[in-house]
Amino acid sequence: MTHIHYREIEGRSLGYYVLLALLGALVLAGLAAAWYMEHNGHWVTGMSNQIVWGTPHVFAVFLIVAASGALNAASVAAVFGRAPYKPLARLSGLLAIALLAGGLAVLVLDLGRPDRLIVAMTHYNFKSIFAWNIFLYTGFIALVVVYLWMMLERRLNAYSRPVGVFAFAWRLVLTTGTGSIFGFLVARQAYDAAVLAPLFIAMSLSFGGAIFILVLLAACRGTGRPLGDELLRRLKNLQGVFVLAVLYFVAVHHLTNLYLAERQGVERFLLLDGGVYTRTFWIGQVLIGSVLPLLIFFTARAGARTLIAFGCVLVLLGGLAQMYVFLIGGQAWPMPLFPGKEVSSGFGDGAIAAYSPSLPEVLLGAGGIGIALALVALALKALPFLPESLADTDDDPHHKTGAA
Amino acid sequence: MTISRREVLGLGAAAVGATLLAPGLRLIELARARSPEEAATSLKRWGLLIDASQCGDCDVCVTACHEENGVVGHGRPATDAQWIRKVTLKDKQTGYVQTLPLMCQHCEEPPCVDVCPTGASFKRADGIVLVDKHICIGCRYCMMACPYKARSFVHEDTTGQKPHAPRGKGTVESCTLCVHRVDAGKIPACVEACNKDGGKAMLFGDLKDPESEIAQRLARAPSTQIRPDLNLNTGVRYRNI
Repeated sequence: MTHIHYREIEGRSLGYYVLLALLGALVLAGLAAAWYMEHNGHWVTGMSNQIVWGTPHVFAVFLIVAASGALNAASVAAVFGRAPYKPLARLSGLLAIALLAGGLAVLVLDLGRPDRLIVAMTHYNFKSIFAWNIFLYTGFIALVVVYLWMMLERRLNAYSRPVGVFAFAWRLVLTTGTGSIFGFLVARQAYDAAVLAPLFIAMSLSFGGAIFILVLLAACRGTGRPLGDELLRRLKNLQGVFVLAVLYFVAVHHLTNLYLAERQGVERFLLLDGGVYTRTFWIGQVLIGSVLPLLIFFTARAGARTLIAFGCVLVLLGGLAQMYVFLIGGQAWPMPLFPGKEVSSGFGDGAIAAYSPSLPEVLLGAGGIGIALALVALALKALPFLPESLADTDDDPHHKTGAA
Repeated sequence: MTISRREVLGLGAAAVGATLLAPGLRLIELARARSPEEAATSLKRWGLLIDASQCGDCDVCVTACHEENGVVGHGRPATDAQWIRKVTLKDKQTGYVQTLPLMCQHCEEPPCVDVCPTGASFKRADGIVLVDKHICIGCRYCMMACPYKARSFVHEDTTGQKPHAPRGKGTVESCTLCVHRVDAGKIPACVEACNKDGGKAMLFGDLKDPESEIAQRLARAPSTQIRPDLNLNTGVRYRNI
């Protein structure tokens, strides 16, 4: 097999500095929003005692889920031995760490007491899936750092495959854990389902994959490094399969709920007459986030890069829409305390909870994206994550031009 | 008016008797209370019995609770804390309307305690579910998990705090069953207010003591938990819902 040459990016162009400045501004805006929220208390946000997790969680869970999926390319190479993906493994690992860091930063900054992070690190209730996740997240970062080290250090290259396999197993457990944060919520009808664990795994593959393709396209274009059509064809087809997988688990989840009389109320709310949530589901999640990207990924030629990138952007917008419907819509539906009764109180019982995202919440969430992408941009300059060339003949010795 | 020697002696004896008895009665009350050094015991399980048929159109329990615990609102219903609330139920089939107080149900298997990452949500040996304000990080997962919507997040700076009920911006709080009163041998403020000015719908006591009024009344007639399907074995029981 031909040897892959990796090289740091130059990082001296005007475009690079403009990118860093933009991402830096995003990070600063996020930090300022967090300070504002903590200083005043959460009443200045759209969150309430009814919608306890708001827009920051939409971004945080989205980024955390995408993080494990960004490791796809590395996993396909390490676990399934696909040579064409091997040159992508370093970038894949880097992106996984960066996205997780961005997501966790949002999660921590949205805490009521982020200053007590040390408490979360020193007091554990091992029956809590949240506590397990703290270990799963930190463990994932540590594991991928080791994985990157094995890949970057030539003497240790031989160990990179077993570490990669272990990282793949870990990421499946991690996303199972993230899905189970909701799956274990017995009280709320929109959650409380085992299928949320595999749904979240499918979401991670899809969101993480889409971000990976976009970063890859941008990095190759920005640095003028070649990227083969064959490689892109594989990536886009795989992305299409991931989008289908998400749709499948979403359908199973809703069908199961629709079958249960006790859950028909919440399904009717989300799918039929939930106003903004229904529209976000059908237009955002299904049409923009699934149907259109599927058409693009399965019909576009690999050369149509702008179109493929557009498809990935749609997947990500649909993913955010999905998180919004799932998180906010799921909480907006009142909990069934007294089946068969109309319930009312001065505390929102029996009523659809009102919520509209506030600017600080959106800025904090976008700040998380800024942190993730800024980390990637800086790391690409510091260490050789990106191959000098991803042209088809370089990345796949078995590939012949014009084949497949 | 003249007082005979016999009357003087009688009054004197009564005064001496009262002087001797009073501390004794006070001692009985204190003996019921737990000393600060003594740990809460699993030999007791504190609970409430709420008879919805006795609960009228008042909210003295809510007012008393929030006064007792210094729960002051800011005129923002969506974010103000509510440790106890009045809920109105209307039967969809029959149209029958009733009202009842709802608060932390002090579950034997509390979902809030299960999900809390730091262990800030905890259950005392005597069944009272509390939040340790020192290690609550404000993640709000307990609020997602509580089936009774019993918990509130402190959304802004607090004023008028009581020494026995510390509150803090950025942490989660809920009904403590007036643990400070219970530990002093008294009953929760909501129950006291309901008995004094309300419909006498609430009864507090030790569910594990077969001699207690609450245990006896629960043993005599049917009662229910809210969401019994979850099998949380709540310490708060209802009648006539």
